[in-house]
Amino acid sequence: MSGSTIMFYLLGLMTIVSALLSVTSRQIFRSAIYLLFALIGIAGIYFWLDYQFIAAVQIVVYVGGIAVLIIFSIFLTQQSGEELPAVAGGRALFSALAALAGLALVMSLMLRYSFVSVAGGEAATVAQIGEKMLDVNGYALPFELVSMLLLAAMIGCIVIAMTNKTEPE
Amino acid sequence: MEPGLYHLLAIGAILFFTGIYGFFTRRNLITMLMSIELMLNSVNLNFIAFNKYLWPGSLDGTFFTVFVIAIAAAEAAVALAIIINLFRSHNSINVEVAEEMRH
Repeated sequence: MSGSTIMFYLLGLMTIVSALLSVTSRQIFRSAIYLLFALIGIAGIYFWLDYQFIAAVQIVVYVGGIAVLIIFSIFLTQQSGEELPAVAGGRALFSALAALAGLALVMSLMLRYSFVSVAGGEAATVAQIGEKMLDVNGYALPFELVSMLLLAAMIGCIVIAMTNKTEPE
Repeated sequence: MEPGLYHLLAIGAILFFTGIYGFFTRRNLITMLMSIELMLNSVNLNFIAFNKYLWPGSLDGTFFTVFVIAIAAAEAAVALAIIINLFRSHNSINVEVAEEMRH
């Protein structure tokens, strides 16, 4: 086993274990921290695959943005030290069964199909990604649409979270 | 065994169904949102894995991942704004409380 293989298995194990702990932990703050580790593990897998740009975006947006946003909302809405109510036994059992059945289905389909890996191919540089993103024949339209969506989401958030200071008479 | 496409797809599938399990069992809106983030991440992992191993010359998987991340960020921000607003009016963020939002 080479070092790279060991690294991959460690990253995969860290991601899966943190994700499982994140959905089962009874303390919501710990749950958020485990989610943070799962996201870092996925960023590590992107680094392992030589997709540095995506890994950086993952760390900046998910780990630095969404996880912090979630942690702040927990601070704003949760009493400290309060545990989440235990999941009812029947619901946990049937949810686990549904998830395992779905997993078995997907895995069996995946293993039956033989993907032919194409060797070689250099990972794209950031310059190539930037040129393609602003290319009219590439991804300029989705890029503009996503920027409009982000603007709309930002205004929507401000409107939703705004408190009405001046109550009407 | 040398890790390849199947290992990445297996990690993606396990992450996705972990998210499904969390979405089914949790009753707190923030933890449900966290499960959704796990599912979106597993999809991103699949995009990157297919891009790397089946179409190494193209950039399509990379772009889909970037757009999914951007939309997930917008979605999380709006969802958390709604959740905080719900907490202000109902003092709770359980999904049972959220059904009153339609009034």
